[in-house]
Amino acid sequence: MVANCELVWREVSNYVDGEVDPPLRSAMDEHFQSCPRCRSVLEGMRNVIGLYGDERMMEAPAGFGRRLENRLAQSVRISRSRWSSWSAWLVPVAALALITGAIRFASSLTVEHPLQSEHAQQSKGIPPDMIVVVSTDAKVFHVPGCEFVHNKNTERTLTAKEAMQQGYVPCLRCMRKYLETASASPASVDEDAASEAALEDAKETVRGR
Amino acid sequence: MMAELKVVLNNPDQAITREQDLIARVQRGENELFYELVRPYERRVYAAAFAILRNETDAEDVAQEAMLKAFANIRQFRAEARFSTWLIQITVNEALMRRRRERTIVMEGIDERRDEESDYAPRDFADWREIPSEALERKEVRQRLAEALASLDRKYREVFVLRDMEQLNIQETAEALGISVASVKTRLLRARLMLRDLLAAGWEQGWFSRLPFEKGSKPW
Repeated sequence: MVANCELVWREVSNYVDGEVDPPLRSAMDEHFQSCPRCRSVLEGMRNVIGLYGDERMMEAPAGFGRRLENRLAQSVRISRSRWSSWSAWLVPVAALALITGAIRFASSLTVEHPLQSEHAQQSKGIPPDMIVVVSTDAKVFHVPGCEFVHNKNTERTLTAKEAMQQGYVPCLRCMRKYLETASASPASVDEDAASEAALEDAKETVRGR
Repeated sequence: MMAELKVVLNNPDQAITREQDLIARVQRGENELFYELVRPYERRVYAAAFAILRNETDAEDVAQEAMLKAFANIRQFRAEARFSTWLIQITVNEALMRRRRERTIVMEGIDERRDEESDYAPRDFADWREIPSEALERKEVRQRLAEALASLDRKYREVFVLRDMEQLNIQETAEALGISVASVKTRLLRARLMLRDLLAAGWEQGWFSRLPFEKGSKPW
């Protein structure tokens, strides 16, 4: 199977999410090796996901937390006085049962996805013996304890190499530091060292602000 | 707030155990612990509401309503689900209901079909440069990213926010928005490609020009 640029552009998002089948994944891997434009699309997309997924992008207006806390505190006080009586306790609960239908879907989150892929994503920066975790809910492997593991009660541990052989792709959050190394275009050792030095400079500047 | 968040991120196992403990205690009636339970997610809840409503006042109101609803329904929460996902789904539901109440969007159906059928060719940038995550320390960078996101059509923005910012999986995103898995994938592709193009164009226009890491050729 051969992947051209148009096909890569249609599937690159699924590729990042581990949602393409093994033959297509291989064809895309091969294409990325030889096509700088598509490689920049892939790297750019990973960059976008990494940046917007960062907690620092979640901003709320000033005082939001305090106002929320106050409103919740009021509600807790009201419910406590109501909950002191069993019969009165039933009233809000019965009312809430009506709206529960609207959020019922939220309690049926467990969706089993069979794992299909036998090929791993390009992840050469990840140490093969590294212990990682996977769950049945996504085709993604994580550093143990990563907060983005879905369906934690199905979690199992294996090595990064095994995970990749079984078709899992690295979590873009907890594996970011390995992926940044892996997805960089071929560079000399000197360039890598210069990169690290410049990054350190950037960190220093940020700290020094 | 940031310090607490860092503690949570640095000790995820500990944080999860702590969360499970808090959920169990609130479920048993220790209501005053509820804010402590939801505090790590309050900004995510606000961001989800804002992505749908695009108005700070409405988003804050809906975020508060969603938290109250979560509090009222805490006994329905099942331990095998992720608490944050449960909260976000309640919030999205609240926000969508609010929007439906306040607006009628007549052209939506036609608009969706047209956009999802057409292909999108990502721009070719001669000098693609990655924006390192350290850049997010800068308010102006966060603002530029928020502006780029805000410039996307609603259908792309909502899917992107739920999947890539709120960390719902594809199935959960589809359920929360009431659209198909295929639609989520199509819109997510488009949103990610458009944002990649916007950010790369931003480099060319000097959006990030005053950042320290721009010194030298390719610092990453």
